Amino acid sequence: MAEITVTRRTPGMVLLRGDLSSDALREAASAVAGAPMPERRQASLSGDTGILWMSPDEALILLPEGRAAEAARALSQRLEGVHHLALDLSDARAVFEIEGPWLREVLAKLSPADLHPEALPLLEVRRTRLAQVPAAFWIEAEGRARLICFRSVADYVEGLLRRSVEDGPVGLFA
Amino acid sequence: MLILTCPYCGVAADETELSPGGEAHLHRAGPGSEDASVEAYLYHRSNPKGVHFERWRHAYGCGKWFHSARDTATNDVFGTYPAQVTETPQNILEAIAQRRPGWERPQ
Ligand SMILES: [Zn+2]
Repeated sequence: MAEITVTRRTPGMVLLRGDLSSDALREAASAVAGAPMPERRQASLSGDTGILWMSPDEALILLPEGRAAEAARALSQRLEGVHHLALDLSDARAVFEIEGPWLREVLAKLSPADLHPEALPLLEVRRTRLAQVPAAFWIEAEGRARLICFRSVADYVEGLLRRSVEDGPVGLFA
Repeated sequence: MLILTCPYCGVAADETELSPGGEAHLHRAGPGSEDASVEAYLYHRSNPKGVHFERWRHAYGCGKWFHSARDTATNDVFGTYPAQVTETPQNILEAIAQRRPGWERPQ
């Protein structure tokens, strides 16, 4: 059976709330994240940094570890006078990297989301439920996904993912 | 299984990704109202077998409140729409009229 790996990562994460259609906010976010503001539900990535669309007034900026506090300050400086919230959330969230050929099935067994490639194309962020807790995931390339959950439930989520891997593929879709 | 499409993020969300918020389009009885209308606002809810308007929150998703129109007996969904309205939008009423000819909103 082809291997799936689950790895816990600790990137920097900055929550940005405000009017995502505002030019000032889009420019500030892009400058800090090094990637354009994504369209609805999309992930806009440049390597390990980028911006995730989380809701009509919420974006999550991914950064290298240790860079979030500085980025949140830079955002607030750029957005002086523009209604917004920029907050370093790195310690509030946990990130997992899932790699392997049938990772769509690893997630499909745990979530009500439709993981079929047509329903969840690459780089679409799906916020959903993983067993009993909220999570967001996106597939970056076939065979590589990232998943974000609250740090307080990270051990639970890691257990879920590992168990789903141990149980093997279902064969519904590769 | 009930699946509702969130009008804010566009996700077709499973019932277990949503939090129910009860009947939609209630009118708040404010200060100075008659006791009977405050009581009605707080406690009286319609419980139809058939077309019903509800509030839902996309809790395991974008977090927004929205409205839905569905049939409580069949879970046939006529549509979902943003919560920033005081009345059911025309396109939703048309979808109901098409699939439930003769339906009228109870008084
Ligand atoms: Zn939503």
